[in-house]
Amino acid sequence: MTAPSFSPPAQRSRSAQFSRSALTRRIGRAVGLVVLVLAAMVAFGPLLWTLTTSLREPAESFTNPPVWLPLEPDFSNYAKVFSEVSLGRFFLNSVIVTGLIVGAQIITCTLSGYAFAMVRFPGRGAIFALFLATMMVPVQTTIIPVFVLISRMGLSDSLASLILPAIGSAFGTFLMRQYFLQMPVELGEAARVDGASRFQVFRLIYAPMATPAMATLAILAFTGFWAEFYRPLIFLQSQENFTLPLGLVTLQGTFGTGSISVVLAGVILSMIPSVILFVIAQRRFVEGITAGSFR
Amino acid sequence: MSAPAPARGKTPARRPVPTRPDDTVRRTPAARRSRRAEAAFGFGMIGLAGAAILLFTIGPILASFGLSFFAWDVITPPRFVGLDNYAAIGSDQRVVHSFGVTAVLAFSIVALQVAIGLFLALLVDQRRRASTKAIFRTVFYLPLLASTAAVSIFMTYMFNERFGVVNYYLTLLGGSGVPWLTSDAGAVVTIVFVAVWQSVGFTFVLFVAALAGLPRDVMEAAEIDGAGPVRSLLRIKLPLISPTVFFACVIGLINAMQLFDQAFIMTKGGPGTATTTITMVIYQTAFQNLQFGYGSAISMVLFAALIALTGLQFTLSRRLVFYS
Repeated sequence: MTAPSFSPPAQRSRSAQFSRSALTRRIGRAVGLVVLVLAAMVAFGPLLWTLTTSLREPAESFTNPPVWLPLEPDFSNYAKVFSEVSLGRFFLNSVIVTGLIVGAQIITCTLSGYAFAMVRFPGRGAIFALFLATMMVPVQTTIIPVFVLISRMGLSDSLASLILPAIGSAFGTFLMRQYFLQMPVELGEAARVDGASRFQVFRLIYAPMATPAMATLAILAFTGFWAEFYRPLIFLQSQENFTLPLGLVTLQGTFGTGSISVVLAGVILSMIPSVILFVIAQRRFVEGITAGSFR
Repeated sequence: MSAPAPARGKTPARRPVPTRPDDTVRRTPAARRSRRAEAAFGFGMIGLAGAAILLFTIGPILASFGLSFFAWDVITPPRFVGLDNYAAIGSDQRVVHSFGVTAVLAFSIVALQVAIGLFLALLVDQRRRASTKAIFRTVFYLPLLASTAAVSIFMTYMFNERFGVVNYYLTLLGGSGVPWLTSDAGAVVTIVFVAVWQSVGFTFVLFVAALAGLPRDVMEAAEIDGAGPVRSLLRIKLPLISPTVFFACVIGLINAMQLFDQAFIMTKGGPGTATTTITMVIYQTAFQNLQFGYGSAISMVLFAALIALTGLQFTLSRRLVFYS
């Protein structure tokens, strides 16, 4: 029952020290907020400039000072990227390529991640290590043979040339495996005893439990391939096959000298799917980024 | 390839591989059959991903390695030249120079990415209100939602020497316009800025997550013991999040060494060869000059450099990274 007793002088010095540090802390926090706001302006400024310039009349697109808030937004540039350039086509190509890659990776990586986590087969550890090792390989090291292979397969200058090489993913396999590793084995064992086949155990019990990991994988694959520039630049020749990033650069080549507002309208449009997805699944984006760091 | 995970609620715990009920069962023919069936099932499950990785990553690495000993222009049959391609790299000014350019760009980008990301994360971690944190997290994340191509395009306009908004504000502040994309130093600075501007949200989000995961009791104990903000940062926070800092450095360097889009779109590697990165040289060599063997050799050197740098980072990390 003896309560800790402080002598009065000790108490006073303690509180004095506290208030001094409280003051410096308040100042520190205020300065911190100012720095954060400035940094946010630097981060957001270029995006805002792009948005507002895309809403200006093409003739005024390069006029300084920039107008940060167009009071009379002019949406004609957005119509022009569809009527005068085939941005709709680029958009559709990007949707097809990214959609099929994301869908394929969810399937292949869920299957392989499950096998590496839950199924025993000879050489499992070595094969998994080999999978992981391929994550270190830069795209530049494989691009020349892949380019040759793609042309030999008769897939040059096609959307398939982008999709086919990307249907498997070592990182995706790793991500799914980590998720399946947390799941209890007993569920599957019980189902096996009840007569379920191995694939039924996977499809009916474990795969449905892994949907959060699939969503993270989908986000990662989407952001990666939606923005992809290097492979499309090398694999695609005809403009009708271009994906958005490559299409935008082409657009810049044709419109870039005069009415940049049209190009910037395309830039803004290219961001819309990512922004919508981000608004819906903010937490998954953060999880996707941090998924790799806490291995 | 992977750093050990710090103890963390969300991290999947390593669970021993499911063991078989008992050893005697294993010897029966039925059990052997079932084990074979399980193995077949396992191989079937990894089949799709495995085939894709084998055909489009592992095979091509070996092919690229093999090709690097040949001279090949796709049209005439490949001609074996031994180590000539590798010897040529050493005396090819363009390639040697591009390695220097890549190193300067990559190290500046990674240093700034990690330093600024950490600084902003520490500031955001100080904010008490969750909504304030959420606003800053969203704003710093936004640049990651644009493709590098899109970013390179609007930054090219903003950094235009005569009409660009950057120089407009510089002159307004009393400075003079800088030839951002048309001078050697200006082009390097612009590319570093654009790369850091876009990717700092990545390190920021990593560090915010790491700081939020710090054990509260440790931080409070330090505060009661009279540790000031600087000391608690250097002695407690930084050591505890050092695995994340290390991860950011490794990933950042691997990515920055492969920088291509910004240089290709904003400067075409110029002016002159001021921003010609190693990846641009590979692109030009293989796909513009059709020197597939030589291009493969340069890509193998890039690969070796990445492995060496990552290995070096892991060696250094043994001293600097603290795992709880």
